[in-house]
This record gives sequence, structure tokens and C-alpha cells, in this order.
Amino acid sequence: MKTEPNKSLRQFQQVHEILEANGNNKARLIPILQQVQEAYRFLPPQVLTYIATALGMPIAEVYGVATFYAHFTLEAKGKYVIKACDGTACHVKGSSKLLDTLYDTLKVTPKKNTTDDMMFTVEAVSCLGACGLAPVMMVNDKVYGEVSSDRCREILKAIMEEESVVKE
Amino acid sequence: MKTMNKATLEKIRDEYKSASGAVSKRIIVCAGTGCIANGSLAVYDALKEAVEKSGASLFVELELDQHDCKDKVHLSNSGCQGFCAQGPLVNILPDETMYVKVKPEDALEIIQKTVLNNEVIDRLLYVNPANGEQSRGQLDIPFYKLQNRLVLGECGHVDPENIREYISHNGYFAAEKSYNTMTDEQVCDTILESGLRGRGGGGFPTGRKWHLTRVVEADKKYVICNGDEGDPGAFMDRSLMEGNPHRVIEGMMIAARAINADEGYVYVRLEYPLAVKRMRKAIEDALEAGILGDNVFGSGRTMHIHVMEGAGAFVCGEETALMASIEGKRGMPMPKPPFPAECGLFEKPTVINNVETLAAVPLIVRNGAAWFNQYGTATSKGTKTFALTGHVANTGLIEVPFGTTLREIVFNIGGGVMDNDGKISSKGFKAVQIGGPSGGCLTVEDMDLPLDYDNLIAKGAMVGSGGLVVMNQESCMIQIARFFMNFTQNESCGKCLPCREGTKQMLALLDDIIEGNATMKTMDLLEEVGHVVKKASLCGLGKTAPSPVLSTIAKFREEYVEHIERKHCSTNNCKALMDITIDAEKCIGCTACARKCPVNAISGEKKKPHSIDPALCIKCGECHKACKFNAVMGF
Repeated sequence: MKTEPNKSLRQFQQVHEILEANGNNKARLIPILQQVQEAYRFLPPQVLTYIATALGMPIAEVYGVATFYAHFTLEAKGKYVIKACDGTACHVKGSSKLLDTLYDTLKVTPKKNTTDDMMFTVEAVSCLGACGLAPVMMVNDKVYGEVSSDRCREILKAIMEEESVVKE
Repeated sequence: MKTMNKATLEKIRDEYKSASGAVSKRIIVCAGTGCIANGSLAVYDALKEAVEKSGASLFVELELDQHDCKDKVHLSNSGCQGFCAQGPLVNILPDETMYVKVKPEDALEIIQKTVLNNEVIDRLLYVNPANGEQSRGQLDIPFYKLQNRLVLGECGHVDPENIREYISHNGYFAAEKSYNTMTDEQVCDTILESGLRGRGGGGFPTGRKWHLTRVVEADKKYVICNGDEGDPGAFMDRSLMEGNPHRVIEGMMIAARAINADEGYVYVRLEYPLAVKRMRKAIEDALEAGILGDNVFGSGRTMHIHVMEGAGAFVCGEETALMASIEGKRGMPMPKPPFPAECGLFEKPTVINNVETLAAVPLIVRNGAAWFNQYGTATSKGTKTFALTGHVANTGLIEVPFGTTLREIVFNIGGGVMDNDGKISSKGFKAVQIGGPSGGCLTVEDMDLPLDYDNLIAKGAMVGSGGLVVMNQESCMIQIARFFMNFTQNESCGKCLPCREGTKQMLALLDDIIEGNATMKTMDLLEEVGHVVKKASLCGLGKTAPSPVLSTIAKFREEYVEHIERKHCSTNNCKALMDITIDAEKCIGCTACARKCPVNAISGEKKKPHSIDPALCIKCGECHKACKFNAVMGF
């Protein structure tokens, strides 16, 4: 595929800066992918190709790393990523009910876990390390403890209200 | 670049101590992840505002000039204080008054009464649910009183973002000692003599690991701190990194001295953003203070530490997989040998230790091997932190000497077992799952077993990382086994066949049992596959993956048989085996359930008890939701 050099440069400007900041170092592939994902919210295939070329690695290797780790996603995630803990302590304290509430309220499933408006993504994760407060969920970087189904709905409602205010 | 020396450390320590001794009151608000989730940051802000309103003078960062500190109030955050169930926690020094479940609305009262007038506010004190007794502070709360908090010692007292406070607790003196007055061999010997064994699971003697790495000749060596705490149900490494990051750094520096390394990595789980932030800040501060750098304590040696965030793969807790991950590769384990001691990170000799292990190191160098040796049992020395969670009254992080019994932990420190409604029940105890997905179960029989590495292995469990999940009588052990199997099956990296396929088959067999499709042959097969996976897998993940299943089969065989032969789950956790009935005494015949039932399985006359036809019922739970009288039993 031939593209105008200047245009493709602009498209990948951000990736390029991230690569530069990491010294184009192969060993820093994971931090690079993390930073790219933070910027784009996911890892678009053409970006993976770009990274592979820049680092002088086979695309398959970059793809292999990107698909190995649970944190990386090749599909776009919602603005709010909800991680519901399904670790041991949360599990024995009823985290499956919490997950059901999330799926029901946001009308998503474990397979299709992002809402159509790209606002929420629901993920079940193994342990968030706040077991004393089980069941726990995390919305982006914020941890909520002892989340009952009602409390979960309140938290979601508050986020949705905040979002609709922003839109107006 | 600045270089720190002993005299400067002493100066900082003494100045800080006299300054903090001069303040009238110190308020410490717990800012561990648990308490933050419960709203402790809002409590901190409210307290700050309340002090300002009251006219008392306050400072957040302790000034070194003690005259400025006199009669002032020092407010700070701390890392995890451990008692997560009761958070947010507020600790007031010097009287050691501890308030639990504090809300921002309480702030003004705390300042006016306790801080300015030395009055205790009774309603904020901890009340022991077992006997209704009030406790004034950490010194008389059973949860704390019965512990031996050495490794967790300063965690929950010091401000984790203040390097000077760490120094005032004799921090970095052990590192200085190891760099300037000890040889590498002496450092290794001290740790070997102390009997310290790896706290991450395996229990390999730390001193021996260091010796093995020390004797290898190489131009470059690495120290890695394994903070990829993936075991569900364990959070001690997180609490240490969040609560006392400098102790972890000091431990890494001593390890580096012992093996002559000049570079280190802290590998932290991605799920722990606060730990990442605090570790980064601590490293920056240590560098700024001239503690880390190119001339450590004037010894001419170099030490630099980097933080590496994981990307969500449980298998990276395995040391060779973790190193592959730092190198930017898929985190898959390698066969051993070669061991990391010879060929580790970037093919250089590497020591890799768990966070808790490293946090114990400065204490051993500071106080001597004999001091550490006095705690614990013959083969397991020192103390161990456990994350006490599940159906227990006092959930949180505890630290006890090896050899403490389960009874002491669950009933005395943990305050007893709770039923599903959150009430303490004397007969509620069923089992404890220890060691996460690699561990096994302990039951009533094991109540008085002294917990240490070897006793637990003998019982088919393991110390592992120290997750201790208490389960009450309402927990189904097959569901617990399935839970762990599902976890390891998901997290298997796929490199070796026994783990990749074996865990999948074991999960399918467990599903058969839970869904009522099993025969007694299923169980034999389950055990057989379990033994194969255990024997033939490449790394620790696969080798220990069958443990939860094998251990529950050994301890709760009847429960498996009940599921298989009677197609019945007595704890009512397995949906497919549920007996759903309507309690004739509670049912008033309102017909609400019958109208909701999508398959018309419920019949009965108006105002008379209804009944469910089990042949038609699909166990959707709609009737249970519709009933206002709790008459539908079985959910």
C-alpha cells in the first residue's frame, strides 16, 4: 500500500513520539503498547504494523505480545472501563451477582462487552487486591468496595448523569 | 549528583524525630486502597478543613525545625493499616486512639473533642462484635494485639510519600551498613543464617539464592522485585508497596549489594495503579536524596531501579515468565535450568525476590539474623503476612509468626466466621482456602495445625503468597474448585500441553459434576488428569493448578459424591442441582409468582399455597424475585 509519506507521518505522529520517548527499544515493547493503548484506547492493527517496522521486529511478534496480555485490546473500549473483581474473596461474597447486574443494566454480555455508545466496557478480572472489601469493582482507576447490586446501579447512574450534563 | 552518607542519615533521623516529638497531636488517615475505596480521602480533606476552622495550626509536611512544630497538629496519610473491614481508619497519636468507619461529617467533632480536648468519642471506637467490648486503639483491639507486625511494622504509620519519615524510623541505615561495612559474602551469610525463605510461594531459602548468584562471574547482574501479585485473594505485596515503598527499595539495595548488581526492576501488576505511583515516587525521592545513584553511600557502587508495569498475565508471577515480560516478550516460562542465578534477565545473572521477602531484608540486616530467627518454627523462620478474607468478621491484612494455628487466626484475630447475612455464627466454619489457585483447603481437623511451609505441603496445601479465604457452611466446595480451575485454565499461557489441555479437561469434568451430568467415573478421571497435570507441567502454574481440585476431593469427598450420585448440592450453590420449592407456611397464595413464571411451572389456587413442578421449572429465578414473602426456597 502506497501512501503519501507526509500524510502517514501525521497519522502516526503520536505513536512516533511514544516510540521516541522509549528510545525505539525493543525491550520496551510492553510500555510502548501500554502508552499507545492509553492514547488510542485500543491497539489498531495499522499501529501494530507501524510499531513492528519501527522496532525492526516481525509483525507477528508484536501481535503475539499484544494478544498475550489481557490488558491489551485490539478492539476499541468504552470511555469507562469497569473491572468487576471475580477473585476468590469477591467470588465467595457474591461477585457473580454484581457481574449480572452490570451486564443487565448496561445491556452487554461477556462476549460483547462494550456498550453501543462506546461509553462502558465491562470486564471480569481475577483480583483487584482489595479483598477486604469484597465484592469490589474498579471504574477506570477508582476502586469501589462492598458493591451491592443497588450500589452498582447508583454508581452507573451517577456516571451517566455526569456524562449527559457534559453533552448538554 | 548528591551522595548520602551515614552522618546525613543520622541528622535527618534525629531532626525529624525531635520535630515529630514536639507536635501536640498526629492524625494518621489510612490511605490504602481499601480505605480510599471507603472514602478516606474525603475524611482527610474534612479533617484538614476542620483543623483550619478550629484555629489550631496544622501542617501536612513536617518541618525540620522543631520550634515550628510545637503544639501543632500534624496530619498525614499512611499506607494500609490492615483492618480493611473497619475503614476508613483514623489513628491519633500519641494516645493511639483509633477511630473506625469514620465519615467526613465526624471530622469537626474529632478535632474539637479528641485533638484539642483529649476527649474520646465513644461511637467511633471499634466494638468487638463477639462480645460488644469497646477498644480504644490498636493496643487493645484483638485484631492488632494478637499480631506480630514486623514486616508490616511501619506500614500504616509512616507517610509512604515522605522519605524523611522512613529515615526517622532507621530507614536506609541497613543499606548503608551493607554497602560500607559488610562484604557481599557477609550479607548473603546474614540472610542465610536468618532462615528467611521466599514469601512468594516456593519457600526457597533467600540467602542460598543470593549466594548462588553472587558466585557467578559476570559484567552485569540484576535484582528484580516480583510485585506481580496475581493470586486472587492476596494483597500483602500491594499493601507493602503502597504503605512502605522505601522498605522495598532498601531491601532491593541490600540484595544488589549481596550479589554485586547495579540495576534493579520492580515489576508491579497493572491492577495496582497506586502501588506503581508510590513506588515511582519513592525511587525518585531516593535518587534525589542521593541514596540511589552512581555512588551509593560513597561506596563507589551504582544502583538504579526502574518500575515496570505488567500487562495483565497471571503467569508473569513465575520468575522466568516475568523476565521475558521485562524483555518485551510474551510472558511465557522457560524450562529450568538454567536458573536465573546463572542466566536471567537479558541473559545475565539475576536475583528475583518477592516484595515481602525483600521488605524483611532490611530488618534482618539491621537487627541481626538471631533476632529474626527467634520467630517461627524450626524450618520456617520469621513472620508471614496473610490476607484474611471471605466469611470472617475482621477482614484485612495480618502478620503472625510461622507456627500460629488456624484457630488463632480465624477466631481470635479474625473475630470468627460469619454467615451469609453477615452475622457471626459459632458453627459456621467449613474450610479455609490457603495459597490461592496453587493452594488447597484446610478444614476443622486442621484447626490446631501450626502453619508453616512444610506442614502445609504435607496437608496438600501451601503457604503460597498468603491468601487466606475463610468459607462458611453455605459455600459449595465444588464451586470453589471450579472457580480456581476456571482461573488457571484462563491464565495458562499455552506453552506446554499438560497445563493447556489438562486444565481445560479438568474444568469440563467439574462442569459435568456441577451440571448433574457426571458419574463416579468422572471423579476418577478428574483425579487422574489432575495427577498428570501436576507431574508433567513446565512451570509452577501448571504444577500446582490441580491442587484446589485434588485437595477438595481429598477433604470433601462426600460432597462430590452427593453432587454426582444424588444430583444434589446441599449448599444450594449449583443452579442445575437446585431444589426449588415454595414454603407452604410462608406462601399466602397471592399468585404473583405463577403470573411471572415463563414456563407455567407454578400452580395453585388463589389464597392457598402454590407449588412448583420440577419437571417444567427452568430455574430462572423470576418467582423468587416476584415473591414478597420469601416463600420461594432454593435460591
